[in-house]
Amino acid sequence: MKANDLVELAGRNLRESGFRNSLTTAGVAVGVAALVAMLSLGAGLQGLVTERFARSGLFNTIGVFTARDMRGMERSERRSGVLESNTRPLDDGARKDISALPHVIEVYPEVRLLTDVSFEGRTLFTSVSGLSPSASQNEAFEKMHGRFFSGPEAEEAILHADFARDLLAPANSPGDSFPLPMGPRTGSTPDVTDAQLDSLLGREIVLHYGEREPTPPPTQAPAHPTGRGTRAQNAAASTARGDPASGDSTDDTVSFSVVRRERRLRIVGIIDTEPFAGITASAASRVFLPVGLAEKLHPAQASTLRDIMQAKPSASENYSALVVRVDDPARVQPTQDALKRMGFRTFSLLDATKSLRRVFVIVDLFLAIFGSVALVVASLGIVNTLVMSVLERRREIGVLKALGASDADVKRLFFVEAGVMGTAGGALGVLLGWLIGRVINFGTNIYLTNQDLPHETVVLLPLWLIAGGVAFAIVVSLLSGIYPAARAARLDPVQVLRYE
Amino acid sequence: MPDRNGTPNAIRAENVCRYYTMGDSEVRALDGVSLEVRESERVALVGASGSGKSTLLHLMAGLDRPTSGTLETQGRNLATMSPEELAAHRRGTVGMIFQAFHLLPRMTLEENVELPLRLAEVPREERAARVREALEHVGLAGRAAHRPGELSGGEQQRAAIARALVNRPSILLADEPTGNLDSRNGEEIMRLIHTLNESLHMTVVLVTHERRLAASFAERILVLSDGRLAAQGPPGDPTIEALQ
Ligand SMILES: Nc1ncnc2c1ncn2[C@@H]1O[C@H](COP(=O)(O)OP(=O)(O)OP(=O)(O)O)[C@@H](O)[C@H]1O
Ligand SMILES: [Mg+2]
Repeated sequence: MKANDLVELAGRNLRESGFRNSLTTAGVAVGVAALVAMLSLGAGLQGLVTERFARSGLFNTIGVFTARDMRGMERSERRSGVLESNTRPLDDGARKDISALPHVIEVYPEVRLLTDVSFEGRTLFTSVSGLSPSASQNEAFEKMHGRFFSGPEAEEAILHADFARDLLAPANSPGDSFPLPMGPRTGSTPDVTDAQLDSLLGREIVLHYGEREPTPPPTQAPAHPTGRGTRAQNAAASTARGDPASGDSTDDTVSFSVVRRERRLRIVGIIDTEPFAGITASAASRVFLPVGLAEKLHPAQASTLRDIMQAKPSASENYSALVVRVDDPARVQPTQDALKRMGFRTFSLLDATKSLRRVFVIVDLFLAIFGSVALVVASLGIVNTLVMSVLERRREIGVLKALGASDADVKRLFFVEAGVMGTAGGALGVLLGWLIGRVINFGTNIYLTNQDLPHETVVLLPLWLIAGGVAFAIVVSLLSGIYPAARAARLDPVQVLRYE
Repeated sequence: MPDRNGTPNAIRAENVCRYYTMGDSEVRALDGVSLEVRESERVALVGASGSGKSTLLHLMAGLDRPTSGTLETQGRNLATMSPEELAAHRRGTVGMIFQAFHLLPRMTLEENVELPLRLAEVPREERAARVREALEHVGLAGRAAHRPGELSGGEQQRAAIARALVNRPSILLADEPTGNLDSRNGEEIMRLIHTLNESLHMTVVLVTHERRLAASFAERILVLSDGRLAAQGPPGDPTIEALQ
């Protein structure tokens, strides 16, 4: 029998016991809905958490350093097969090469300085960091006052709310604004309102910093004529100190001076939470500026001093560290390997999403098992309905066989009937599951609104789940059809026609 | 397969047995039956109740298989056919009608008659015309959209005949087709089968226990007794008269 005839006959039979078959189909639908709702909850939660992780930048960021810096590291690097002769400086050429690596979406230097910031005549000592454009994805900027930087080199600043409060509250001593590293701030001033914070937007702060300027060796760098040179370093480094341990002694003498500079920056945004701006400790910073601008300033950083101490300064300014962002946490390891082959030291957090995914597989498995129980019950319903149908239709089956239906034809007929119930039940079930998901989302968001929290999608119905739900229902229904179909095919037409 | 007279055989049975085992006992429904039915011949199978008439007819129809022996239709042995081949035989070679009509009650006459065409995978566009033709043959073209329940017994049996001949089989097997009908309707059905035999040259094997019906219809009468062929001959033959 041809497929369309089979489907037609099956459809006919299903309609003839419409009520019973509808109930059976509804059973399948409920089973599938339970499964789909469970799994879409799993998918939603997983999406929620992994998205958070992805946006934090924690797991798709690699810190890159030159392998020359740390002697202690080299021994272990040598053991792990990285040749020390392979090391290369972290300069602009290296930066270009790293940008060209596959899956790398962003390479920027880490710029962080501890310096003075003044606002309307008051000066506060604080930590200032460069922020890459991608940092705007960070959660910290979700509920910010104002906006993110207008461009990568815009002369703008974003302040941490604590620092903004310190600017507004002259009662606090300036020293308070220097945060404990990574620690929660305790000395915040509660008597500053949001409106007051907003009033800062558009006003200007002045960044005081030291600019690195290479100077020819014989010339002594002139001290910047400023009265407030207490913390700013007027440095002239003259180094000729070889390192006996490594043997690569350097005789060349490179000098540079640090010149005091000022830069006016417009306050465009204020954030409450600390952004994670890569792999470095910039989270503890209180003032942020675009990383492009930060680079242009050529500020003397903490690492500049280290260069002096380690006898590594050079006229061509090397980066102390580069931050590399890849498009997927899974790409971190291969990119890191590639960077090591290029001769750099790298640092990244473990791909926590990997273990997270593992957890979610287990969660999904449990959800699927619970969901499947309903579907198993539904499949028993199919078996029951079809067995009853076989018993009722003994005569019809006998007649079909007498008219030339083969056992396989009869079997197929019942499979199609089971399959139709499965498909309809599956489709209905996915729809129902989706509705349940919507209700859960709706309910959750009402709760979140009451708690004054942003809305979230807790239940997610991905395409694979839609297709999978229907496919699973069909498979289950066909499995349920095996026994009734075999029973129908086994029916002896002679017996049926003789006595019925 | 041509017999000694040169007329091809529609059916040839040789030592056909069909035993049923029920626990320890064995029921010999057919016990070594040998016979031949020529093409376009009208034969009647008669015999007492339980003598094995229906059993033999089911074997010829390919609904059942002999326990031993050879049963050939058109030169092919049904005893050795696969289930699929038997199904094809039922679809293409034979048409069956029953005492209880066995029309599917929830289908219209049209749909009932279309069933064998569906099973034989006849293209859709041909079906309507063939259903119509078959229904015209039995004089029910005007009742095509009716359901069996809305028809008289005689009409139902005519519809069943239309269903049996829609696939143009060469052999028509009828198991007491008039058993559920009054004599007037019965005679009408027998006349119809007679016409089909003559116009379509169908071989007809009719099972009946009505001597008069067998005599008026058949060219040859086969008498079964306890699963054996007790006698055969044209109507009026004294040995047959004696057995009945
Ligand atoms: N499945 C079966 N199991 C056991 N015995 C059977 C079976 N089918 C038929 N028989 C026996 O085989 C014998 C022949 O039966 P069959 O139906 O062929 O008789 P029949 O000549 O058609 O009788 P009737 O005129 O009453 O229709 C009977 O004795 C019957 O009881
Ligand atoms: Mg009988």
